[in-house]
Amino acid sequence: MSRQTTIAAGAMTEGGAEPILSVRDLTKHFPIKKGIFGRVGGAVRAVDGVSFDVAAGETLAVVGESGCGKSTTGRAILRLIEPTSGSVRFNGQDVLALGAGELRALRRQLQIVFQDPFSSLNPRMSIGAIVREGLTIHGLAEGAAADARVKQLLEEVGLRPEYASRYPHEFSGGQRQRVGIARALSVEPKFIVCDEPVSALDVSVQAQVVNLLQDLQRDRGLSYLFIAHDLSIVEHIADRVAVMYLGHIVELAPVQAMYSRPIMPYTQALLSAVPAPEPGVKRERILLAGDVPSPANPPSGCVFHPRCQHPARDAACAAIVPPLEEKAPGHWAACIKQPPSVVSWEAQRAAGGTNPPDFYLPVSALHRSADGAPRAHAFTPPR
Amino acid sequence: MQRLLRDPRARVGLVVLAVVALVALLAPVIAPYDPSAQLDIARLHGRPPSLAHPLGTDPYSRDVLSRLIHGTRISLAVALVAVTLSMTLGVVVGAVAGYAGGLVDTVLMRVVDAALSIPRLLLLIIVVALWGDVGVVGLTLLLAGTGWFAVSRIVRAQTLVVRELDYVTSARALGAPPARILVRHVLPNVVGPGLVAATLAIGNVILLEAGLSYLGIGIRPPAASWGSIIQDGAERVSDLWWLTFFPGLAILITVFACNALGDALRDLLDPRQLASRDLTARSAPTPDR
Repeated sequence: MSRQTTIAAGAMTEGGAEPILSVRDLTKHFPIKKGIFGRVGGAVRAVDGVSFDVAAGETLAVVGESGCGKSTTGRAILRLIEPTSGSVRFNGQDVLALGAGELRALRRQLQIVFQDPFSSLNPRMSIGAIVREGLTIHGLAEGAAADARVKQLLEEVGLRPEYASRYPHEFSGGQRQRVGIARALSVEPKFIVCDEPVSALDVSVQAQVVNLLQDLQRDRGLSYLFIAHDLSIVEHIADRVAVMYLGHIVELAPVQAMYSRPIMPYTQALLSAVPAPEPGVKRERILLAGDVPSPANPPSGCVFHPRCQHPARDAACAAIVPPLEEKAPGHWAACIKQPPSVVSWEAQRAAGGTNPPDFYLPVSALHRSADGAPRAHAFTPPR
Repeated sequence: MQRLLRDPRARVGLVVLAVVALVALLAPVIAPYDPSAQLDIARLHGRPPSLAHPLGTDPYSRDVLSRLIHGTRISLAVALVAVTLSMTLGVVVGAVAGYAGGLVDTVLMRVVDAALSIPRLLLLIIVVALWGDVGVVGLTLLLAGTGWFAVSRIVRAQTLVVRELDYVTSARALGAPPARILVRHVLPNVVGPGLVAATLAIGNVILLEAGLSYLGIGIRPPAASWGSIIQDGAERVSDLWWLTFFPGLAILITVFACNALGDALRDLLDPRQLASRDLTARSAPTPDR
């Protein structure tokens, strides 16, 4: 794969800041076992060569449809799922090379908040015991000091300290999610993978939890990998956005650039599906043909080519794997038909291409207000 | 516990079992005679129920009521100890196999499969045939050692579900060692089905003990268990019917109580019921669950 060769280490964060997390060519293939002897007969390419950086204090959102590999990416970074190949560096430390003991120590710095507030808390442990567990495991506090710390953490996430003795079933989804955040914070991490932390919540509660996450980021200088499928929330919370499709990052850009000028045709279609925030504003939706192909048997070349609406799509798209390349400063996209591209028109022709690259930007993909100016899609939570 | 007591089956089961346990505890106080004493060999051998001997006497002139009361002790003790041991073993093996997975799981479960393929009674008879008469302790250990296979399967299946839940993943993300995850997160959430199986197994073990004692294995005369009293009367069911009828009735009632309690527990801990309770807490129920 030529994808990672175009990415110089450290070049993928905004403003050239030293990344706290650096992921290169991360791959997770789940083997498909066939027959009674467990013969491996193929693999589901859940994550297939993903590279990105996260700067300190930054929020990188990863968006995509169900099954595109965004959650697997988050868990592979934390080695909750062992990646098949690739590299993950955290503060210069090679995460994938660590032994069990070193990994346990590193887990203090890398935490995760889960999507489902119902399965993420052990129903047989009190809230206090849940938040306290990290303190015990890493020997951070004991006895009365631990009790005090637990109460402090609960207050920090907006729960009353008296709740420590209660059990998860006594709480609402939003409150449980706060407990999950307190549990992650207990070990004072630098980096948190937020795996769709608000997707299971009511809209009003979503805003509260998103605000909490932003406040914590400001107070503690946290970095987030924010996995989501709600594009309005992503626009509100993210600094940069990575769009995933079938295990690949197809576009990676600062949030304003992504939302005002999406380059990858898939991103354009995805953004056109965001509901317009005000009545009367009409937005044409780009309807993609067919379903997402199986990650066990992904299309050749560009994984998106069978469903692509780009007018210049041709045989070259099915033959050439598009590199994730910098189309504009800080704006990375994988499409050989959106110039500029390192894959020259000659090379495309040699691969059977018939349509020269031609920049395509459907107006309907843009967020435009009534006066015609591009506008950010509003997600303004009540404070 | 409160929800359990709302179930009439659980109430009946608990009351009956409490009475049986009380009888066992107070056996020396409430038994009218010494269970092993041959009272009057000349006049009292094999007498039908009467006022002096409500359940009659056996061919050795012993009071059947006293033997039944004392037999409760052995039958109940054997059942409780055997079931406790086998449930503990089953829960631990099942949880370890399910959580560890891989080779550990394969080896443990193939052993369980092999053991499950042999009828339990046959297994017990083979062991007893090899080692001879094993006594009460030996019998208890045998019943425990042959009773955990099915439980380990149930618990393993439950563990496979629990280990994929986010709170287990979260414990791993916090850096909890596997032993801690197993003890604090997996075991407390998989013992439920084991507990149900245990309640149901008590009845089964009482029957097995009775069956083995009937076959002459385990309880040595003159000590009495429910099964051994039946054995004493087995050859003379036609004329000394009270020897088999009353211990049989005791077994029937106890087993019934255990099963009623087990059924109530099972319904209470049914994952679908858990799910429906959880769903009422959610804003919208998932349609196809």
